[in-house]
Amino acid sequence: MEPKKISDHEWEIPKQGNMKVPARIFATEKLMEKIKQDRTLQQAANVAHLKGIQKYSYVMPDAHEGYGFPIGGVAAFDIDEGVISPGGIGYDINCGVRLVRTDFSVEQVLQKRTRLLEELFTEVPSGVGKGGITKLTKEELIELLEKGSQWSLEHGYGTKEDLEATEENGRMEQADASVVSEKALARGKPQLGTLGAGNHFLEIQKVDEIYDDEAAYLLGIEKGKVTVMIHCGSRGLGHQIATDYIDSMEKKYGFSDIPDRELVNAPINSDLGKKYFSAMCAGVNYAFANRQMIVHWVRDSFKKVLGTDEGMKQIYDVCHNVAKIETHKIGGEKKKVCVHRKGATRAFGPGNEELAEKYRKLGQPVIIPGTMGTASYLLLGTKSAEETSFASSAHGAGRAMSRAASIKQFRGEAVARELMSKGIEVKAASWKGLAEEAVPSYKDIDEVIKTTLNAGICKAVAKLRPIGVVKG
Amino acid sequence: MNKQYEFFDHTADAKFRAYGKNLQEAFANAAIAMTSLMFDTEKIEPRINKAIESEGTDLKALLVNFLSEFLYLHDTEGFILRKLTSITINKQREGYRLAAIAKGDTYSEKYEILGDVKAVTYNEIEVREEEKGNCWVQIVVDI
Repeated sequence: MEPKKISDHEWEIPKQGNMKVPARIFATEKLMEKIKQDRTLQQAANVAHLKGIQKYSYVMPDAHEGYGFPIGGVAAFDIDEGVISPGGIGYDINCGVRLVRTDFSVEQVLQKRTRLLEELFTEVPSGVGKGGITKLTKEELIELLEKGSQWSLEHGYGTKEDLEATEENGRMEQADASVVSEKALARGKPQLGTLGAGNHFLEIQKVDEIYDDEAAYLLGIEKGKVTVMIHCGSRGLGHQIATDYIDSMEKKYGFSDIPDRELVNAPINSDLGKKYFSAMCAGVNYAFANRQMIVHWVRDSFKKVLGTDEGMKQIYDVCHNVAKIETHKIGGEKKKVCVHRKGATRAFGPGNEELAEKYRKLGQPVIIPGTMGTASYLLLGTKSAEETSFASSAHGAGRAMSRAASIKQFRGEAVARELMSKGIEVKAASWKGLAEEAVPSYKDIDEVIKTTLNAGICKAVAKLRPIGVVKG
Repeated sequence: MNKQYEFFDHTADAKFRAYGKNLQEAFANAAIAMTSLMFDTEKIEPRINKAIESEGTDLKALLVNFLSEFLYLHDTEGFILRKLTSITINKQREGYRLAAIAKGDTYSEKYEILGDVKAVTYNEIEVREEEKGNCWVQIVVDI
């Protein structure tokens, strides 16, 4: 499938066969070479077959092959005629990233880095095998699914300001726990407050470069100071919700008219479509509540080791895997659509009414984690992103190498040593897991950011470099 | 001994094929392959027996549901699979039904965690019954 070059940072797969719209890919030549190596483009074209899709099937610059949608796939569907597809959101519902500023200088943290990482590692368990520390009753879990971060706040985790600095204020109101299966509840119960494994992490970073002084000042970011990043999702609860509804949608609607079984879907307006959306929102809330608890423990750990947690304010928390009902301008008219973002970040520009007041002038913070050895970025959404990509941006570096190939090529111990020589200390639950996440396994984050900025989807605020990493 | 399973390249997820002289054996080996992403299956002591029952509208759905069951048992009871015995697959009036006994252990610190599996997907899924009874299944799991 050969894409047509539109500009230095945009490509198109023209409408062909039963595609209802063309596909648009944001990538430089260099990124396109990587993207072409797996089934990303075919999957983007497959998404364009779905009923009610608007404008384009979009692909973000960090995209790679997923299941159903590519990872980095964005698509909006007409609210009356369109569909909702669990494969367009992903199994890890509201896998997302939270960024916290601190008043600590790099030097202050480096002096006690090893102890701090050990403390974080103990306070925030990966949860694989034995679950977390927090044991919930079913009734508590049900309440949490409907309240999200609000539940965590009510139980002593974090501050009211954290909620204001969270997408949706940390709670999707459409959530309904009664459409979440017993199985999903059972998986969610023991895992609250855990990080999970794979690409999930806690990172201590230094603010390496500032690109926008005013925005950085307003967000509380200062060069040479330390930030903390949390990356995790809805754990087994979210995975089970996706599995359950893929099964129900197959049984109800079949998959004979879609190009990939993993794109199974239901009309947004149907009973099943609505139920899935409400269950997904419950999954989103679980992940918000989870990160809200983790941020509390992160503060606790800093307080224990460095004596204080003052100044540790949340900059923002974004979802990377989600569907939202949003209003976008399509063909000159405002229209309600269901935007699927799978491995993509919402990037609302200044003035968007859905943003909390403190961000309305600035635009929404967009947090893009890189790899352990490179850098992460703090960006802001732009007005033009709303026209260009349904206000969506990249979500990370994006894998370039299979995990199996990474394990063959790298050894966890050696990866840790190499990172240490670059000034990054790692505490990992498993050497194998660390090898999987070795730096060359990912695309070049700088190239991903360059594309995002050149496409006008975001503007840059700061570059953050890791100095300490905890991996589940 | 013939190969039980092998892993293939996939950018972000884990893709594998599991083999068997019949469908039952291929399904059982797929469950071992998936568990091998999380633990060294050879080291798991077969101390606990669990009755497994799964259904699916077709063989692919049966395979997805069967494998998902082990993620559920792991997350809820800390159950880790060592091997499967007495596995049967029967065609029903609508779809298929699988029954098996899973042998394994409950997670404890003595078992090293190699990683986590989030979910079993339909991506590139294959269930093949070749001539002479040789079977293979292919699965991509989200990790």
